[in-house]
Amino acid sequence: MPAVIPDDSVGLVSPERIHFEQPLELSCGRRLDTWDLIIETYGTLNADASNAVLICHALSGHHHVAGYHSMDERKPGWWDAAIGPGKPIDTNRFFVVGVNNLGGCHGSTGPNTLNPATGKPYGPDFPIMTVQDWVHSQARLADHLGIRQWAAVVGGSLGGMQALQWSISYPERLRHCAVIASAAKLSAQNIAFNEVARQAISKDPEFHDGHYYERNTVPRTGLMLARMVGHITYLSDDGMRDKFGRELKDGKLSFDFNPQFEVESYLQYQGERFSSSFDANTYLLMTKALDYFDPAGEQGHDLAAALAPAQCDFLVVSFTTDWRFSPERSRELVDGLIAAGKPVSYAEIDAPQGHDAFLIPIPRYMEVFRSYMNRIAAALPQPEGGASHAR
Amino acid sequence: MRADLEIINEWIAPGSRVLDLGCGDGELLAHLQAEKQVSGYGLEIDHDNLTACIEKGVSVIEKDIDDGLASIGNASFDTVIMTQALQSMHRPDLIVDEMLRIGRECIVTFPNFAHWRARGYLAFRGKMPVSKFLPYTWYNTPNIHFCTFKDFEQLCVDRNIEILQRTVVDHTHRHRWWIKLWPNMLGEIAIYRITR
Repeated sequence: MPAVIPDDSVGLVSPERIHFEQPLELSCGRRLDTWDLIIETYGTLNADASNAVLICHALSGHHHVAGYHSMDERKPGWWDAAIGPGKPIDTNRFFVVGVNNLGGCHGSTGPNTLNPATGKPYGPDFPIMTVQDWVHSQARLADHLGIRQWAAVVGGSLGGMQALQWSISYPERLRHCAVIASAAKLSAQNIAFNEVARQAISKDPEFHDGHYYERNTVPRTGLMLARMVGHITYLSDDGMRDKFGRELKDGKLSFDFNPQFEVESYLQYQGERFSSSFDANTYLLMTKALDYFDPAGEQGHDLAAALAPAQCDFLVVSFTTDWRFSPERSRELVDGLIAAGKPVSYAEIDAPQGHDAFLIPIPRYMEVFRSYMNRIAAALPQPEGGASHAR
Repeated sequence: MRADLEIINEWIAPGSRVLDLGCGDGELLAHLQAEKQVSGYGLEIDHDNLTACIEKGVSVIEKDIDDGLASIGNASFDTVIMTQALQSMHRPDLIVDEMLRIGRECIVTFPNFAHWRARGYLAFRGKMPVSKFLPYTWYNTPNIHFCTFKDFEQLCVDRNIEILQRTVVDHTHRHRWWIKLWPNMLGEIAIYRITR
């Protein structure tokens, strides 16, 4: 909880709900007749709507990207490190849009919202969403906001997949695409981790085939296990050694099966906290979207061919100890972009934090990010009264 | 612009696809993009140079050339450039092979170790040459594979590499009429355009 709002924060922010009446056709063949997106925006859209940046979220993310909902909020939005006045995505220059994806559990239409056809929560009947579906829904959002073309679409992890899909699905609607700690497809190992998470949730007796809302219960154990496995894969071996080592909570072995190593209680704490704030059906759905994403798959596994429609410039960033979305996956993407002749810059950031590094303001990462965003800002029409932010 | 880049600039066809190995702060690529509409990429490992390229709008990839270029397809570039880095590669011969695989043509520049000043330094002082232009001592130099123009041209003969063009200049990258009299003695830097 901030005693005072820091100068480089977007400050107190509030979400906004947008209702769409036009049906959205989905990859699975079904459609959503009416749907809501919950969003947050920071900064000011300029006169020709050319300074808008879309932030796509990862598995457990949402629309609350930066700033605080109230002075009582424990932590700011999930990417506050990168977004705000003077930060890499400088809200003095850019109009930033954060959105909770369809199927999410933070206010947009999803498994835990009411199905207008039945008057009950969608639950497991909510359609499986794909990265493409999300991008189509985000394009409708852009229409609603009067944004014909994004200055940039930016995302990390699953968010990076959405940014990449934007460049393929709507090439004329973005000038820059930043794909951070992401991949053009998941590896078998990565899908395997997701399956463990899904099994943990669906085998929880409280899951009730996804109909747990009606029974006023939550598959808490399953969600906790899913998050614990996930969390291990988001950290690196080195990072865990540095953070926990073999430290014991009480300084001595207790010769029972209660958590006694620091790392055990940390994982339990993280898992428990997550299980009380996240929806199990959404977790299943998000991991499926990750698994399904493979734009090259539809092009005979030729990534360059899949990327051929893109017209924007790309920034790709990876982190050395990230083994969930390893630098190798980012290099594959970069190779595909070069083979397709697309402008791309790539930085491999030395960081011990594993996949989580993409959320952390590591100095060199922020410098690369800032340089790229500066370049985008430099091409924007300068506001009347001079360019006070020009470097 | 640096004088050697000026010369290379003249050798690049408008609109071509260019890869610059060790592109520094992106000066050459930025110029080629603006003046010749080339589609270019640079490889670089120095962090400050990478940031400078990104800020300039030059496509730059963080990659150590010594790790190999296997991920880049055959003949995917019109010209592959390497300025003043050949002598710092672990295997310059393999890098030249790789450059010729991924590019139709290559431009290579390197310092001439048979320049009279280097010869004199070694002959009279009996020590590895150190100069303002190459200021390192033997134990900390990144330049682990020095060669002479003759050595490089021998490599080209051995590996069936055709030399399309050669310019020999002094350390300020200026042409001097007298260098032509005895390039391997009088020239300090060579700029080669090669193909296979």
